[in-house]
Order: sequence, then C-alpha cells, then structure tokens
Amino acid sequence: MTFELRNVSYAYPRSRRPALRQVSLEIEGGQHTAVLGPNGAGKTTLVRLLLGLVRPDDGVVLYEGRPAAAWGRRQIARRIGVVSQDGPPSHPVSVREFVEMGRHPYVQPWARLREEDREAVRSAIRRVDLEEFEERPVNRLSGGEVQRAKLARAFAQGPEVLVLDEPTAHLDIGHEMQLFSLVRDFVDEGGSAVTITHNLHLASRFADRLLLLDEGRLLASGPPGEVLRGSILSRVFRWPVRVVDLDSAGLSGLHVVPVDRERDRGRGVRFDGDGAEEGSP
Amino acid sequence: MRPGRGRPAGLVGLAVLLGLAVATGLAVGPAWLPVGEVWDALLPGAQDSPARAIVLSVRLPRVVAAALSGGSLAVSGVLFQALLRNPLAEPYLLGVSSGAALGAVSVLVLGLTVGPAGLALAALAGALVAIVIVFRVASAAGYLDTRILILAGVVVASFFGAGVMLVMTFAEGRTTRSALLWTMGSFGNASWGMNLALAVYSLPAVLLAFGLSRHLNALALGEESAAFLGTEVETVKRVAYLLASLLAAAAVSVGGVIGFVGLVVPHAVRLLWGGDHRFLVPMSFLAGGALLALADAAARTVAAPLEVPVGVVTALVGVPFFLVLLRRSYAGGAG
Repeated sequence: MTFELRNVSYAYPRSRRPALRQVSLEIEGGQHTAVLGPNGAGKTTLVRLLLGLVRPDDGVVLYEGRPAAAWGRRQIARRIGVVSQDGPPSHPVSVREFVEMGRHPYVQPWARLREEDREAVRSAIRRVDLEEFEERPVNRLSGGEVQRAKLARAFAQGPEVLVLDEPTAHLDIGHEMQLFSLVRDFVDEGGSAVTITHNLHLASRFADRLLLLDEGRLLASGPPGEVLRGSILSRVFRWPVRVVDLDSAGLSGLHVVPVDRERDRGRGVRFDGDGAEEGSP
Repeated sequence: MRPGRGRPAGLVGLAVLLGLAVATGLAVGPAWLPVGEVWDALLPGAQDSPARAIVLSVRLPRVVAAALSGGSLAVSGVLFQALLRNPLAEPYLLGVSSGAALGAVSVLVLGLTVGPAGLALAALAGALVAIVIVFRVASAAGYLDTRILILAGVVVASFFGAGVMLVMTFAEGRTTRSALLWTMGSFGNASWGMNLALAVYSLPAVLLAFGLSRHLNALALGEESAAFLGTEVETVKRVAYLLASLLAAAAVSVGGVIGFVGLVVPHAVRLLWGGDHRFLVPMSFLAGGALLALADAAARTVAAPLEVPVGVVTALVGVPFFLVLLRRSYAGGAG
C-alpha cells in the first residue's frame, strides 16, 4: 500500500500556527519509514493525517492514488494496523480479548468470531510471544508487554502497513530491540511500517528511510546516513550533537550523541556561540 | 476469576431471575396471592375470580412496565458508560431522566392529548435538551471533561426536577399523575397502552444497541483506537447517544424518574461476566428488568397499604453503590 501527501498543510482548530506546512511525500510499500523531529515538530499530526483522522486544510492525502477521505474506516483498518499511545481500556480486558479487537474490521459488530479470526488472533499472540499472558488483564501487564499486546492487535488486523506512534517510549533497551525486531520481521516479509520515534539510533538501525520534521516542515528525507548529519540535527534539536558511526565498534547503525557544553569543550567539538552550534565530525 | 466464562449460563440464569421477579411482582401487594393462584390466573380460559382480576388487570401491566423500564434504563446506562468511558455515567446522573420528565410533563400540562407514544417522544425531546446542556457545560475546557460531566448532570437534573415540580403545581388536578410520581418514580399508573408504546421504542433500541456491540467494545480503548479498528466513530456515537436517550425517555414517560438502575446493573454484570457488550447489553436488559420489577414489588409492600415511590427503593440501593464506585474511580482505578 502506498501513501502520498501532496502539499499538505494543517492547523488545529483554535491554533493559529500550522502544525504542518506544505508537506509532500510518498511512502512506498516494503519499507520501514521513521518520522523524526523535536517535540512539537508535527510528527503526530503527520501520522494523524496519514491515518485519515484529520483532513488537511490544504493539499490532499492519497491511499493507493485514491483520496483518504474516500476510504471507509473499515477498509482502512484492514490495511493499516496502528500501535497508538492510548492508555488502558476503560474496563478490564484480557490480552486475548484485546487482540481479538484486531478482528473488528472483519466481523459484524454483533457476531461471533469465525475460526479464521481465532487463528489470526492466536498467531498474532504467538508472534509477539505473549501466549502465557493470554488470560491476563491488559492493565496488569508491564510496559513492554502492553506494547507487544498492541502490536499483536495490529498484526491481527492482517495489515499491509504498521503505524507506530512512539512504540518504545518508556521501554528499556532490551524491550526496545525486541519491539523493533518484530517490526523488522514484518517489513522483511513484505509489509511496510511507519514509526514515530525519538530514538535516532534505533531509527538508523531499523528504518530504511527517515523523515525529519521541524516546525511543521519536512526538512530532510532519505536513508539514515543522509538524514542523520550533525549539522542538520544540531539545528533542528537546538543542541549540538555528534553523529558517531558504530562501524568502528563492530556494530551497524549510527549513534547520535548530544554534546555536553561544559565537559566536551575542547575535544574537537566546535561551538559557534549560543545559537545553532555545529557538531563537526 | 476469568471474566467471560459462563456467559451463556449467565444469560439463562438472568432470564430465570427475571421470570422469578415478575412472578414475585404478581404475587405480592395488598393481597398476597400464592404462586399457584397467580399461575392459574395467567392461564388462558381460567375462570374469572378476584385473584384473576387482580393479576391480569392490576398487577401484570404494572410488573411488565417495571421490567421493561428497568431493562431500558440499564441498557441506557451501558450505552452512556461506553460512550463516555466513565463507569458513573447513567441517565439519572447525567440529567437525561429529569429532562425527559420535564418534556413529558410539559406536554401533559399544555393539555395536548398525545397518547403514550407521543408522550415518550416529548420525553425524548426533553432528554436531548438536557444532554446538550450537560455536554456544553462539560466541554467548556475545549474537550469533554468526564468529571465535570457528572457534576453538570446532577445539577441539571435538579434544575429540571424543579421544573417538573413547578409545572405540576400549575397542573394540580388536571392530570392523574402527581409531581411525586414524576420525580421519584412509580408504576402505579401503568397501562397496556403505555406498555405497548414502551415496548415499541425499547425493544428495537435494545436490539440496535446489541448490534453496536463490537463498536462499543472498541470505544473502551478510546475514540482514536476505535477508529483505527474500523469503527466510524462519529456515526456510532450519534446513534448510540440517540438510543441511550430514547431508552431513558421511554422508561421515564411510563414510570417517571428512577435513578441508579443504569449504574448498578451494568456494573454488576461487568463484574460477573466481563465487559463484552455482546453479552453486557442483553444481560443488563434482563437484570435491569428483574431489579426494577423487584424494586416495584418492594415499593408496594414495605409500607403497605401505603406505597413508597420506586425511585426511593432504587436510590437506597444505588447511592451507597455510587459512593463506592466514585471513591474507586477517583482513587486511580479505571472502574
């Protein structure tokens, strides 16, 4: 499934400043795209537009060449699975019931699940390794388990695309790697993924393509090596950063490290006053 | 305990409970009738007797009204709780029931002859006015604050309650039903005509609510997540609000304002059998019917030969329950 944004602008009601300004981009199938940028850059807005939750003030969002507004939610839900930042359900729900909701776009709202639905639910739970927690209420899971349950629910939707909104916020590094690996497996099998994240390092390792947003504008787009550059990141995050290639440590990916203005002074880092500093390689 | 187990058995159990509650309602009153005599009276072709007259023309319409109203109020509560993601939401506490009462009373006082079906529509209009006011107040912050919602609901309820009292004062002697009946509830005036109207509105509304089951389940995750799972959230919300208001209004137009049925019943069902609306809706309908039929029986007997308003009985049960729930939901638990 391909997404396309053409010249999209959007401002929230009661807000004068647009959250997104004239963004154009295309997201093709079979790729993992990471959306990066500082807080308030428009990442979540971009994804809300992609998901058809809000309509652009200007420009158009297309799914497979058709305007997003022409798609029903049920049709969308059969193609796009979302791992959102929503809190726990308003009443206790077991992991299995939670994942069963992923079959919502396939069954009538009053009907029982069919055997194929049950199988999809079982395989989704197996995939994220939550079989032993099937009967446990979701609100009694740990943070990492909750995220995996959400991922299982998205898998149960049988999606072509996964959209993840800061899926590893509050997770430790082990759980981060576990979650991103599950997403990578999905992409390797031909799916595509769009992930909002603050973790630039994991984005460099797991994403094929990065989108860098700042103040509602798309500043850069391309493979990790092109987008993650000290000069541009220092300007966007308003803090000097250095980009370290982990190849020298025998690892894949890049590490983006903020510079400590006090202690790192004189270690080959150039400071240009208090404004936009450059972390020079 | 694993929620979700034993739900088919639970459905059967609640149907039996409703049957027992109806039987109780038919047997008790100023004259206590043995169950055998009640049964004989219900059989077609039975001989005319005082017992048969009491059961068929006095008690049966009343018990049916109580059961249908109780089921309607309980399902109305289920819908409001799902829509608002708040276990305290129910038609009485949201001011919907009082709005409905004022709508119905206004029509009666204006001297319009509308019949029971028209009266329920007038009640629906009042219910919708109430809910719009409550939502406006609770959305003052730019989003719907569910804590303010209940506060606004209770205040609006007392305002509309005062309105009912005021209107009824002018209508003294012109209608058969008293202000007390409208504000505290009673099925003393129930008739087959009323029951027919109630059934015509309530039963399809309950069926439609059942038809929304999985959408209501999805809404428990939040509106955005529900949309991600394929629910057309705005459409479902509009339909569900209308059904919830209609169910409450239809019940109020027959029995007046009766609180807490919509709070106690869905909560108890959820505790026992989990929150899946495919079971929660029909189970709450049966349990609500049983509860209100029993409450009405109690209202007729505890102070016999005097009658206590049935809303007094439900409040005596419901208020302690509400306080426990309130404490728990403000102490951080999600209900």
